[in-house]
Amino acid sequence: MKQQVLTFILNGEEVAVLVTPTETLLDVLRERLQITGPKRGCDDGECGACTVLLDGEPVRSCLTLALTVEGRTVTTVEGLMVKGELDRLQKAFYERGAFQCGFCTPGMLMVAKSLLAKNPNPSRDEIRSYMAGNLCRCGSYEEIIEAIQAVAAGEY
Amino acid sequence: MTQYVGQAMPRYGGIGQVTGTTKYVDDIVLPGMLYAKCLRSPVHKGIVRKLDLSAAEAVPGVVGTLTAADIPGQNLYGFSGDQPVLNNEHLRYKGEPIAAVVAVDEDTCMEALEKVKLEIEEQEPVFDMLEAIKPGAPIVRPGTTHNLLEFFPGVTTRILKLGDVEQGFAEADYVFEDRFVHNVQDHAPIEPHVSVAYWDAADQLVIHTVSQMPYFHLRYLQPIFNLPLSRIRYVGGVIGGAFGAKNDIHADHIAGLAALKFRKPVKYRWTKREDLSYSTKRGAWVFEYKTGIKKDGRITARHIKQWHDTGAYGALSVYAVEKCGMFAAGAYHIPNILVESQIIFTNKPIASSMRGFGVINGQTCVEVHMNKIAEAIGMDPWELRFINAWRDGDQGVTRYTVQGAGGLEAMKKLAELTGVQLPDHLMAMSSRRR
Repeated sequence: MKQQVLTFILNGEEVAVLVTPTETLLDVLRERLQITGPKRGCDDGECGACTVLLDGEPVRSCLTLALTVEGRTVTTVEGLMVKGELDRLQKAFYERGAFQCGFCTPGMLMVAKSLLAKNPNPSRDEIRSYMAGNLCRCGSYEEIIEAIQAVAAGEY
Repeated sequence: MTQYVGQAMPRYGGIGQVTGTTKYVDDIVLPGMLYAKCLRSPVHKGIVRKLDLSAAEAVPGVVGTLTAADIPGQNLYGFSGDQPVLNNEHLRYKGEPIAAVVAVDEDTCMEALEKVKLEIEEQEPVFDMLEAIKPGAPIVRPGTTHNLLEFFPGVTTRILKLGDVEQGFAEADYVFEDRFVHNVQDHAPIEPHVSVAYWDAADQLVIHTVSQMPYFHLRYLQPIFNLPLSRIRYVGGVIGGAFGAKNDIHADHIAGLAALKFRKPVKYRWTKREDLSYSTKRGAWVFEYKTGIKKDGRITARHIKQWHDTGAYGALSVYAVEKCGMFAAGAYHIPNILVESQIIFTNKPIASSMRGFGVINGQTCVEVHMNKIAEAIGMDPWELRFINAWRDGDQGVTRYTVQGAGGLEAMKKLAELTGVQLPDHLMAMSSRRR
């Protein structure tokens, strides 16, 4: 299949990469750019492990055709740290053990980041509702909710 | 060391998980890496009459194929030692791997798989384990005459026994019977099965695995590759959830064989659809419980029968069923126990380990059974459990002596946490004495 050049902003830097029209954003990030923070779980839009921010909005990168992000801004878990400092959410997830296997964590963090940007002080129900599309098979939901609440409360 | 007790410690390796730098097996990409995909059985049961891979091999980008003939060692593996790596003879379940295609990417693998010429003589399958043990049922394993797993040569029923249940039922004032059916479950870890294998500069086969039990799996892999153990480097430790699913090899054997044959790095990964449809499962289970009890609530006998559907191959079902049998009577003092277990082959995906390893299947049954008994004899279910709960020195069905029993104390705490007021005579009971 004919390849095309895709240019977009990835974690603050402009990247240009050859892609085919059928490739998803997840394919391009993981297989072509070796940005492996976003995970390939179901590859079908069900689990949320591949979630990235597209112009600040959480999207399933496995359901996003790569060519649709031309010129746009993509942020993955790799882009959360600023000048070598962990994001507050990363600190809270780490210190509060908001994961077991950690496979869902990159997706969880990106959705939580988007939530707090829109609603700096979400209620427990608002957190549950906003995070509902991201599965944690290990069952760390309580710790995830508490970590987000702790960040919202200014503990980090 | 005790300064850590009760303290929340930062998670080992956790910084990698919150920054996305932890390398899960699918995150490994090596220069020149090839990809593998398996040709799977389209039928539940049948005999392969023709397997022609030439058109698949001619697809641009295909490096080659793998069949049973490419296996340097034995074409059998698993805890029960009965699973073919690649099966081109008697297919036993839908999705069973027949051959593999190795290519520059997965799209090319899929294109090539569509070009394989496969002819199968389809046979009548059997799915219901209780049908599979009736006379005249389709036989799952070629060359055998029945569908029961043999625990030992000629032994198809595993019997665990304490005391004499017939005598125990004779002493009882009431006898209660229940039947329970458990369906198949998938573990559904978010990370699908995946393996990366390559031949390294030190002349070793390196395999990056998601195995939950690498030393068992090394023992299964070594005879397949027919390499000395010193030349297999099995790298594990980072798993994106498993829950028992990764106690069985799903990808390492195929990736390893491809790396051996083509001397290139090879990644073999399953899609979530393949995983849900064809990987190992918690098998279906049927239980019959029969309990004899005195009017005062003391249990005199419990007879349990369990039938476990292991699907097409044995895998870890023996382990799960024996463990289930050992604890199926519950954490109760019962002087007479009989547990009879059978494991049955069907044309379903392979049943093996899943979290709790069979024990919880028996536990859910016994506790529902206890509630029904309590209701039937008009006794509070807490009281029935307190009367019969294990005390130190009680014996389990395999003659183990219970030490450090804690059921009564756990139930008292549970009552406190849930706001249940227990009567004084129950609160006075202790696991240290009967």
